[in-house]
Amino acid sequence: MLKDKRIQVSPTELTKEDFVSDQMVKWCPGCGAHAILAAVENVFPKIGYRKENFAFVSGIGCSSRFPYYVNTYGFHGIHGRANAIASGVKIANPDLSVWIATGDGDSMAIGGNHLIHIVRRNIDVNILLFNNQIYGLTKGQFSPTTPMGEVTKTSPHGTIEHPFITAGLIMGAQGTFFARAIDNNVKLMTEVMYEAAKHDGTSVVEILQNCIIFAENAHTHIANRETKEDVQLFLKHGEPMIFGKNRNKGIILKGTGLGVVTIGEGGITEKDILVHDQYSKDPAIHRMLGRMMQPVFPVAMGVIRSAPYLTYDDLHEEQINNARKTAKIQSVNDLLRSGEVWEIK
Amino acid sequence: MVDSRNIIELEDVVVKFVGDSGDGMQLTGTLFSEAAAESGNDLATFPDFPAEIRAPHNTVAGVSGFQVHLGQKKIYTSGDFCDVLVAMNPASLKANLKWAKPGGTLVVDSSTFDQKAIEKAGYTTNPLQDGSLSIYNIIQAPITLLTQECLRDHKIDKKSAVRTKNMFVLGMVFFLFNKSLESTLGYIDKKFKGKPEIKEANKAALIAGYNYSETMEAVNITFRVGPSNLEKGFYRNVTGNVATAWGLLAAAERSGRPLFLGSYPITPATEILMELSLHKSLGAKVFQAEDEIAGICSAIGASFAGSFAVTTTSGPGLSLKSEAIGLAVIAELPLVIVNVQRAGPSTGMPTKSEQSDLMQALFGRNGECPAVVMAASSPVDCFYSAYLASKISLEHMTPVILLTDGYLGFGSELFRIPDVNNLPEIKPPLATPNDPGYKPYRRNPVSLAREWAFPGMEGLRHRIGGLEKTNVDGLVSTDPKNHQLMVNLRAEKVNKIADYIPLQQIEGEETGDLLVVGWGGTKGALISAVQNMQQEGKKISLAHFSHIMPLPKNTEEVFGKFKKIVVCELNMGQFVNYLRMTMPQFKYLQYNKVQGLPFHVQELTEVFNKMLEE
Repeated sequence: MLKDKRIQVSPTELTKEDFVSDQMVKWCPGCGAHAILAAVENVFPKIGYRKENFAFVSGIGCSSRFPYYVNTYGFHGIHGRANAIASGVKIANPDLSVWIATGDGDSMAIGGNHLIHIVRRNIDVNILLFNNQIYGLTKGQFSPTTPMGEVTKTSPHGTIEHPFITAGLIMGAQGTFFARAIDNNVKLMTEVMYEAAKHDGTSVVEILQNCIIFAENAHTHIANRETKEDVQLFLKHGEPMIFGKNRNKGIILKGTGLGVVTIGEGGITEKDILVHDQYSKDPAIHRMLGRMMQPVFPVAMGVIRSAPYLTYDDLHEEQINNARKTAKIQSVNDLLRSGEVWEIK
Repeated sequence: MVDSRNIIELEDVVVKFVGDSGDGMQLTGTLFSEAAAESGNDLATFPDFPAEIRAPHNTVAGVSGFQVHLGQKKIYTSGDFCDVLVAMNPASLKANLKWAKPGGTLVVDSSTFDQKAIEKAGYTTNPLQDGSLSIYNIIQAPITLLTQECLRDHKIDKKSAVRTKNMFVLGMVFFLFNKSLESTLGYIDKKFKGKPEIKEANKAALIAGYNYSETMEAVNITFRVGPSNLEKGFYRNVTGNVATAWGLLAAAERSGRPLFLGSYPITPATEILMELSLHKSLGAKVFQAEDEIAGICSAIGASFAGSFAVTTTSGPGLSLKSEAIGLAVIAELPLVIVNVQRAGPSTGMPTKSEQSDLMQALFGRNGECPAVVMAASSPVDCFYSAYLASKISLEHMTPVILLTDGYLGFGSELFRIPDVNNLPEIKPPLATPNDPGYKPYRRNPVSLAREWAFPGMEGLRHRIGGLEKTNVDGLVSTDPKNHQLMVNLRAEKVNKIADYIPLQQIEGEETGDLLVVGWGGTKGALISAVQNMQQEGKKISLAHFSHIMPLPKNTEEVFGKFKKIVVCELNMGQFVNYLRMTMPQFKYLQYNKVQGLPFHVQELTEVFNKMLEE
C-alpha cells in the first residue's frame, strides 16, 4: 500500500473486483488495451487509496474509452485535451489520485501542447500513454509515432515524417518520470504503474500497445517471446544494465554515447556495465536509455527516470496556505473595502 | 482663498488627459478621478492607450489618454466630447483635437512644441501659433520647463524631474476645477514612501502647478462641479474587469465552492486573470494555461472535481474554446465563460471595443448546443452580472457565457460597496454521499438540473463525458430517441432559466412611439440619449437587455406596446437578427456601428429623432 501526504488510504482492503466496471468492454478482441485494463485493475488495490479518490480522465481514441471500463470516477473528454482536463482535476483537488488514459495521436498530435506543458509543470498525475503507432478509432491513419516510410491509409507511398520518440519528447519537456512497458507483459505494466503512482510529479508510462487491426506487428520485433530477452533491457534501480538470454550482454558508456558489449569478450567484466540510477536528476543517461532502438540496442523497459522535483500542486497549495495565514484580506467583504474607499454620509 | 475669477458651475464635465505613452497620463487621470470622487462627484472613466507598449516617442501612434466624465448628476458614460483637453505634446493634441468640444479649454505644454516634435506629429506649422486653435480657450504653459525650474533645488536628476511634469499639470487642472490637493498629496506620500527625493519632487511639482495656475492670467475662468446626490454608503472606483473578478470571488464565497480560474492572457480580458491571481488568501486557484483550450479544459476538469470553474477570454479565445464549451454543455457541468469582447474578426483591433461576438456566444458550436448568454451593462454591473452568471451556472448545472467588452473592462465608475452577505444565496445541487438512488443524469423535475457529484464523494462513482448518454442512468448511448430526448432536455433546461431571472425592465413609460433596445456595454450612451429626449417630451423608452439566452419572459409583452422598435448595437445587427428569429411578429429597425468606438449620445439622439419623424 502506498502512503501519500494527502491522498486518503482505503479503510478496507480492496480487490480487483472493486474496480471492475459493469460496462461491456468494446475494444477489438486481441487489442493490447485489454491487458492494460487488467494491469490497472491489479495495481489499484495494491496502491490502496480509497476507491473514491481515484479519477480517470481521457481524451479521444481507442485508449480514451478506458474510463468507462474501470469503476472509478471518470471523465471522457475531447480529442487531445485529457492532460489539460486532468490538470484542472488535480489542481482543484490534490487529494485525488489522477490517471490519464491517452494515445499517441491524442497526446502527441492534437494534444501535444498540453502534454509537454503538464510534464513541464510536474503536476502530480499519472499518464498511461498507449502507443500503438496508428490512429485506430478512425481506422488506420499514421500517427506522430508511426515509423518513417510506413504505408498507412493516409500514407499510401509511405510516411515522410520523422516520428517522435516518446521518451525523448517527455525528457525534452523536463519530464521527471518516464517508464516504458509492453502490453504482453502485465507484470511489468503493473510494476511500472505502481512506481508511477509512487512518484511525486507527472509520471508518463509509455505502453507499447498492439493494434491488431491497423498496426499489427508494429512492436512484434520487440514483443516476440522467443527473442524478447535479447531485444528488451529490463531496468532496475541500482542494478547493472545486463540483458540477453544468457545474461551476458550489457550497456556501457562509449565516447559520448552508449554501447552494447558482451561480458567476457575483450576484457569486459560486469564491473564495466552501467548501473541504473532512476533517481538521478541529470537526465543525460536517461535520455540515451530512452532513445535506444533496435537493431543496434535493446529497447529499455521499466522505470527509466524518476527524478525528485517539486510538484506544481504542492507549490500551489503552499502558496495558498501561506496567503491564508498572512493576508489581511480574508473575505470578499474585506477585499471590497481594501484600498481607496471613502464614505458618503 | 478669494479669487476674482469667474467660477462657472457645471452639471457635468468631461476632461481628457493625453500625452506620449510614458508621460504618466493614466496615473494623472486616475488621481484626478479619485480626488473628484472623494469630493462627491459621480463619475465614469475610460483609458485610451495604444496596443504597443511603447510606440515611438512623440508619434500619434504612441499617444496615451485617460478620459474622465464627472458630474453633479448621475453619470452613465465616460463622455462623448471633452470640455477640457490636457495635451502634453503635439502628437497627442493632433490625435485628440477631434474629441474636444468647440469652445472647450485646451491645456497644453508649450515647451514640447519644438520644430521636430511638431513635424513628427504630422503638423506643417505650429498649431499654437498658426491660429488654427482660435475656437478654443487655450491655456498654454511651458510645463516641462516650469517643472524642471521648480525642482532646481531638489536632489533628483533631470530625467526624474521631467517625469514629474504630469504632477505639475495635475496641479494646474486641480486649480481649474477648484479641487483640493489633499487626497493626491496623501497618495504621493504612500506611493513613494521609500523614496523621499521622488516623493518631495512630486509634491513640489503638484503644488507648483496649482500655484502657477492661480497666478497665471490665462486662467481667467475656473469650473466647479458640485457634489452629486449619491446614496449614503462606502464608495470606491472600480473598472469592469476588476469588478468581474470580484463578482466571481463573491459567488465562490457564497456558494461554498472554491474558485478555479483556467485562463490564458489576452487583451482586453487579462486584468481579470491578474486580479484573481492576487487573491490566494480567498482560496482562489488560478491556473495560467498554455493556451485558450487548456484554459477552458482545465476549468472543466476543475468543475468535474467540484470547484466553481471559470475561464476568461476575448473573441479569438472564445473561438478556440468552442469545442470545449460543447463538452461542458453535454457533461452538464457548471462553468462561467467571460468574454471581454473586442473588435474582430481575427486579431482585429485588440484594444478597441465591439459587440460582435453575440452570434458566436449563442450559436458558435457544433451540434445542438444551448448555453446561457448574459451581458454586463456597466463597469459596476460587471460585478453583479458575474455574480448572477455564477449563480445560474452553479444552480442549473450549465455553462454560462457572460459578455462584457473592452470599454466596460477598462472603463471605471463609482461602486457603492455592497455587503456580500446580502447578495442572493447560491445553492448548487450537490448530490448526497452514498445515495443509493444517485444517477448522473437524474434531474430536478422543476429546473431539470442534474445533481453534482464529484471525485472524493463516497458511494457516487460514475463516468461522464463528451459522448451522448442515456437520460438518468448516464450510460453511453446512440439510441435515436434518447438523443432526441437529451437534445430537448438540454434546451429546455436553459429555457427554464427564464423562470429564475428578473423580468425585463423599461427605462421610461411602458408605452410610446419608440422603444430603444440595446444590450451590454452600450447602456450608458443609450440611457443618456433616451433620458435627454424624454426631457424634451418625446415618447421614447429604453429596454436594455442583460439576459439574452434565455430572454426575459415578458419580452414579447414589452415590445408589443410601442409603435416602433429600434435595436442599437456595436455590430452589424446580431441581436436584432436573433430577435427577428425569436419574435418575428415585430418589425425591428436597427442602428449599428463598427468603428471600434462607443455610441455617442449626440449621434443616437439624431438617429432616434429621425426615426420618430419618419
